[in-house]
Amino acid sequence: MWRRGVLRAAHCRLLLPAGRVYSSHATQAVLQKTTSESVSTRSGTDKKVITAASKSFAVNMFQGQIQAEQVFPYPSVLSEEQSQFLQELVEPVNKFFLEVNDAAANDALEKVEDRTMEGLKEMGAFGLQVPTDLGGLGLSNTQYARLVEIVGMYDLGVGITLGAHQSIGFKGILLFGNDSQKKKYLPKLASGETIAAFCLTESASGSDAASIKATAVLSSCGKYYVLNGGKIWISNGGLADIFTVFAKTPVREEATGEVKNKITAFVVERGFGGVTRGPAERKMGIKGSNTAEVHFEDVRVPVANVLGGVGEGFKVAMNILNNGRFGMAAALSGTMRGVINKAVDHATNRTQFGNKIHNFGAIQEKVARMAMLQYVTESMAYMISANMDSGATEFQIEAAISKIFASEAAWTVTDECIQVMGGMGFMKDAGVERVMRDLRIFRIFEGTNDILRLFVALTGIQMAGSRLKGLQKALKNPLGNVGLLVEAMGKRARRKVGLSTGETLSGFIHPELASSGEMLVKAIERFGGCTEDLLLRYGKKIIDEQFLLKRVADSAIDLYSMAVVLSRASRSLIQAHPTAQHEKLLCETWCIEASERIADSLTALDSSSATNSFRNMRSISAAVVESGGVVTPNPLGF
Amino acid sequence: MKLLVAVKRVIDYSVKVRVRADGMGMVTDGVKHSMNPFCEIAVEEAVRMKEKKIASEIVVVTCGPKQCQETLRTALAMGADRGLHVEVSGADYESLGPLQVSKLLSAIVRKEDIKMVLVGKQAIDSDCNQTGQMTAALLDWPQGTFVSEVVQEGERLKVTREVDGGLETVSLKLPAVISSDLRLNEPRYATLPNIMKAKKKRIEVLTAEALGVSVASGLRVLRVQEPPRREAGVRVETPEQLVTKLREIGSI
Repeated sequence: MWRRGVLRAAHCRLLLPAGRVYSSHATQAVLQKTTSESVSTRSGTDKKVITAASKSFAVNMFQGQIQAEQVFPYPSVLSEEQSQFLQELVEPVNKFFLEVNDAAANDALEKVEDRTMEGLKEMGAFGLQVPTDLGGLGLSNTQYARLVEIVGMYDLGVGITLGAHQSIGFKGILLFGNDSQKKKYLPKLASGETIAAFCLTESASGSDAASIKATAVLSSCGKYYVLNGGKIWISNGGLADIFTVFAKTPVREEATGEVKNKITAFVVERGFGGVTRGPAERKMGIKGSNTAEVHFEDVRVPVANVLGGVGEGFKVAMNILNNGRFGMAAALSGTMRGVINKAVDHATNRTQFGNKIHNFGAIQEKVARMAMLQYVTESMAYMISANMDSGATEFQIEAAISKIFASEAAWTVTDECIQVMGGMGFMKDAGVERVMRDLRIFRIFEGTNDILRLFVALTGIQMAGSRLKGLQKALKNPLGNVGLLVEAMGKRARRKVGLSTGETLSGFIHPELASSGEMLVKAIERFGGCTEDLLLRYGKKIIDEQFLLKRVADSAIDLYSMAVVLSRASRSLIQAHPTAQHEKLLCETWCIEASERIADSLTALDSSSATNSFRNMRSISAAVVESGGVVTPNPLGF
Repeated sequence: MKLLVAVKRVIDYSVKVRVRADGMGMVTDGVKHSMNPFCEIAVEEAVRMKEKKIASEIVVVTCGPKQCQETLRTALAMGADRGLHVEVSGADYESLGPLQVSKLLSAIVRKEDIKMVLVGKQAIDSDCNQTGQMTAALLDWPQGTFVSEVVQEGERLKVTREVDGGLETVSLKLPAVISSDLRLNEPRYATLPNIMKAKKKRIEVLTAEALGVSVASGLRVLRVQEPPRREAGVRVETPEQLVTKLREIGSI
């Protein structure tokens, strides 16, 4: 039975790159990307296809496997010197935000105050990761994370101004720029003399990034591209001098000679002429940061300003975003630290019914949940930054998970902070309502959480699919691959009868957390099985099953969150940190609830009641859409 | 003119200090430390003098265990040229007081050909307010304490001092010792690029013995204890109630 199933799934997967079945080009491109990656491994021997294992924990858990290398033990990548340097940086940055920056003023003014902006430039805050020989501080991702955590604690509007500049604005030059591009642009960007912006989004192209309309056409002399197009909601759009712009360029395919429009990234200077900006947008939050439309009209962009190769723009864009996501998790763990302090301060001082309110269970549960969410987010941020610093290349699922998790955790924590503070929290002076407004965009920009969930689920399923395909290849030469087949068959058979497939985390997890570790192992095994089942059941059509994919992604997020806290709490226990016992509580409690959520999500993948609910929801939505709003009249009848 | 600025690493001003279980000092393990704020002001003044070309070199010194080098690094990031770390640890560090530090400073002054010593008027941990004065005495130099303005006038310094009655202006002949008050200046932030550059600046480690100074102390700490806790008050609604209350507790 399983043999036929595997063949079918593998067959479907091979078909995947052909058609554009899924409406979101972005997600489709993800599928194409991962497929083309697996194509390259296909050229090796069959055995290699199966064993060319990813080192990503997240990728492996989709296959029901545990790849501990990047997650256990909790990585520490800073050299003593890096750590010492970082410690010296933390305090001045903290002090700057306490004493110079005024988040409320930036919010009211709808711009970062001039003196703060100047101060930040002097501080070196605009070139944190630019190499030192080009005028920056040359910080690693982990060092960067620690500093943006402070920024996130005090002012997300400033955080976006800095992030739009260096996390996405000129990150392309850092990652893909050639030497002369780096030398030309980075020194002034590092000092803040010039500000950068990332221009991808257009009025008709948001989540579906591959559908951009901006064009860049090579001039007849071949020296420059003529860039035309309009970009909207560009952070720093009104301040920037240097733009990383994505536009479609006609590219002749070598094999077929066919001309296709492909996305190319360009470094565009405002001084090129033809660059105009709209007025600053009025926003719900992150008001201190500037957001504006940027229009390019017959802008002559020298050929030398192509970034990362003609036709490589989509890859450039996705890499920039992938590389920046950990920073958001780091910043938001700082935000949570800040609002938790406020909530606790209130809870310890506010008396009601003759008791300080922190003594009431209703408040205690909130405080505990807030602490757990912060702990998970922070653990993820530094896990991923450490992985990146030690040269990991496959962290896109983890990075996407951290962005989703951080933005939702920070929202919940801040919402609960306001709840703990009651009416006080609703008042502007408490400074939390601003944080709430600022946070709302984090679930939307740089890939909405909804699209990122599809990305997480589909990328993971795709990788799992390539393993199945490897098995199919092995089947062609069963005698030469007996070991692999036996292993694979054995696992599936064991899973089906509810036995452990033998994956283990023992040796990585502190004995005091053994039971939480077992929950993770069990959940991963079940998750791997469910992924496989989905592939067998839906084949390539899985990309249309968004109700299911959401649940797959939710499970993946919970699994990864369990792994990171197990890793961090284990390290604290092993190294006998003063807070180790507290971390154990955070970890245990988190793991119990996360594994329950995972169980629910996975059950929903094939339970009849969930299937029924999904069908109902489709119908309800269709009816609401059909009637242009709520379908039912008022119960009073008028 | 070569300047010596003495800086002290203290428990950060924002930390709520706690008495150690043995009652012989403060809890310092895992507690945030930073440069004494008055020392920061002294460093800032020295850096400004260098920017005005009054000073040719700023030597910054601290006395204490290895961690004190962090404080030197901060001073170097603010603009001092090089650091001297007089390593004092263990029991010697516990009993290190203004007299011992003054002896160390004056030994360094003689060794380094210093023309002006700048110190903070007091440290926020021990609140002694003695190091500047003692150093001046040991060197037999004029001193300007609690200074809110310093102007060089040839071979003299015109110094404005904050005293109880108002401001006092004195003229000091160089070389001299200056101790900074709060309003002398507003210290700059150590910017990240400067912190990075400061990594390349030299810190020389010295010992008291090498300077020919004994750091033995004649003082002995008997006990350190927290001040009595302030008890919760009561709220009264009217002046009449207040008067009644005050009568009850015998205050009027």
